Amino acid sequence: MCTMIVEKVKIDGSGKGINGWFKLEQANVSYDHPFDAPFEHALNIDFVNESQGVGARVAVELSEQAARELARAILDVLDQANTDGHI
Amino acid sequence: MYQTNMYEGLLAETVMMTGAHGETINAYLARPLGAGPYPAMVLAHHMPGWDQWYREITLKFAHHGYITISPNLYFRTGHGAPEDVAAKVRADGGISDQQAIEDLEGAMKHVRALPYSNSKVGIFGTCSGGRHSYLAACSIPGFNAVVDCWGGRVVMTPDQLSPKTPVSPHNLTSNLSCPVLGLFGNDDTSPTPEQVNQHEAELKKHKKIYEFHRYDGAGHGFFYYDRAAYRQAQAIDGWQKVWAFLEKNLSS
Repeated sequence: MCTMIVEKVKIDGSGKGINGWFKLEQANVSYDHPFDAPFEHALNIDFVNESQGVGARVAVELSEQAARELARAILDVLDQANTDGHI
Repeated sequence: MYQTNMYEGLLAETVMMTGAHGETINAYLARPLGAGPYPAMVLAHHMPGWDQWYREITLKFAHHGYITISPNLYFRTGHGAPEDVAAKVRADGGISDQQAIEDLEGAMKHVRALPYSNSKVGIFGTCSGGRHSYLAACSIPGFNAVVDCWGGRVVMTPDQLSPKTPVSPHNLTSNLSCPVLGLFGNDDTSPTPEQVNQHEAELKKHKKIYEFHRYDGAGHGFFYYDRAAYRQAQAIDGWQKVWAFLEKNLSS
């Protein structure tokens, strides 16, 4: 690993991988080398279920700006849902 | 120099070898066909894992006349697509330095024991593999040459040290037992040009034999022809530096 910047968070939900939907148990968030995105480093999120093996993974690799926009959008949507009484 | 009427042949296959703690791990081994004796190379794969690029350059080194072994340093993490395995390693904060050193030592012993070896063994790595290569060459005897391609975190600050990475490799330079070739991109952020200078200062301080080459217009991973980071002219020159360095240090 070249940056070692990583955080793991327990999550609850579902993800769709190459073999269909599976239960998600953890998200691994790192700022490190991506596998595909054309950046030296990216904000990588791996949604995983380690009990189902290393292939139980839904991956995204984002630019810094995209990641910040995504984080803002997630919080905005949750705030709106809360305001509208859905949460 | 290859001539068009010469015979060429390679054998390449997955093998099992003894790594850290006496455990068996797998590795990709390629060699020229013939009685030899041939020099050998150990390839320390990069953070994205024991992937296609590393298996392809295992063949490339063999094509250039080296018995070449690329151990799967992520063997213990499990098996699956290389990037799925590497993603788990990334999430776990990497592998331990000690385990990597011992796996690479096992690979060195494996190729040196082959009957067609000339007993000279070098080590090459890129990215985290460059760091692991330098670390191994500073930690155990037996390597005859080391090639560090843009190894990040060879120079670490105290706050970056961890139980898995307890020592900054550049602080082990006094123990380096062989010549080193370093290739770096001046646009890289890990290692930065300043960190490369710090690394070089250690080599000078301990009077080690080294060649460092710094490339303008290149960042991290400029050999990777499957990535946007690829820089054709710098990569061609870099490979020429690699072959010349290995010829000088590993020939019988």
